[in-house]
Amino acid sequence: MTQTINVTLKIWRQNGPKEKGRFETFNAENISTDMSFLEMLDVVNEQLTRNGKIPIAFDHDCREGICGTCGAVINGRPHGPEKATTLCQLHMRKFKNGDTIAIEPFRAMAFRVIRDLVIDRSPLDEIIQAGGYISANTGGAPDANAIPIPQQTAETAMDAAACIGCGACVASCPNASAMLFTGAKISQLALLPQGRPEAAERAISMVRRMDRLGFGNCSNERECEAECPKEISITHIARMNREFLKASFFSSVK
Amino acid sequence: MNWFINSLGSSIGKKLMMAITGLSFCGFLMAHLAGNLTLYGGRDAFNAYAEHLHSLGILLNFAEIGLLSLALIHILTGLYLFWQNFRSRPVRYAVNKSAGGRTIGSVTMPYTGVFLICFVVFHLLNFHFVDKTQTTIYDIVDTAFSNLPYTLIYILAMVIVAIHVSHGLWSAFQTIGANHLKYMPFVQVASIVLALVFAIGFGFLPIYIAFNL
Repeated sequence: MTQTINVTLKIWRQNGPKEKGRFETFNAENISTDMSFLEMLDVVNEQLTRNGKIPIAFDHDCREGICGTCGAVINGRPHGPEKATTLCQLHMRKFKNGDTIAIEPFRAMAFRVIRDLVIDRSPLDEIIQAGGYISANTGGAPDANAIPIPQQTAETAMDAAACIGCGACVASCPNASAMLFTGAKISQLALLPQGRPEAAERAISMVRRMDRLGFGNCSNERECEAECPKEISITHIARMNREFLKASFFSSVK
Repeated sequence: MNWFINSLGSSIGKKLMMAITGLSFCGFLMAHLAGNLTLYGGRDAFNAYAEHLHSLGILLNFAEIGLLSLALIHILTGLYLFWQNFRSRPVRYAVNKSAGGRTIGSVTMPYTGVFLICFVVFHLLNFHFVDKTQTTIYDIVDTAFSNLPYTLIYILAMVIVAIHVSHGLWSAFQTIGANHLKYMPFVQVASIVLALVFAIGFGFLPIYIAFNL
């Protein structure tokens, strides 16, 4: 039999980027514990719509934990208390009847609140635009496996490439730093031969762009790797540090 | 030179400066502790050590200027980072909860740092900028620690040094990119061990002197 619970929600409401925000309290009643957190918000929003009120704005897309669109801070934890999951994969069975749940947007100077829980994550895209790619301007596609890559290296690169760009690392960082994101994006290419030709230029230009966008500085608090829904390790930040220092002091890239 | 300033001025460059100066201070503290352990040898051993150190003459002045420069870089960069990091989240969270990454060392880093600047000034006023013509350094130390508040301040400061080092040492390795699958667990244990060595090594000296053990 399906169990249901009642929870009290304290949700951040903000009408626009320049508006002042505030917390509003909602009662979510008869919530099935099999629902995901976003489905619970859907139920609340339907109720609000029926009552002629403005529904709570929140981002979501695949609801399978792979697109990186959803995310909010639940009782102080980005994507909620469950380890290695996105908000859409968090289920109401993780909460008890009568719980009060505080829901806030990911907060950082670089992430503008667009409305309620929706934030502008385009600064992360800008970091990618600064160099998170390889250039292959000529020729046909090379044969698969033409360049041998050790399995372990490929796996490590894939661990970094698992980043879905949700921004939970920034949200969880006490300094609102984007180093885990940038570290993962630099690492995934630095590890593979295809990424080496532009490695120095990439490291310098992505790090400088990240700095300009107003993210904080990493102080090795390790909250990011603990909150990352894809469990990306801070060893990728160390690799970015190596790549950046190597590029800055030993390459010809200025 | 523009590239040099741009590199050091970046977020990773500032971390690098914190890491290298911080590691240097760990080295300095080890040397300082080794010297101070001569206090257990009594008045003559300690005074002989001090005399030997001062006989280095101009070398000692260079070392002092070096340490002062390292301190200025560490303190100014640290304060600037603290301000930048504070500014990077203008609207704070209503609910803050750790996922388990932070340690007492990492949370308190800026505050233990500021405490330590004040302590270093206090320490230098006590033992460095004093008239030593009529007395010996051992007597100055002996008098200072017969005063209970001094003893307590020094013990507290050593606990704080240990907290600062417990995060700082492994953090410096991570910053310079030396996070290695095989060695990182050792570096993390070494940070705690070195923190304890500083706390116990320095911290028991005031007690030893104060109670004439």
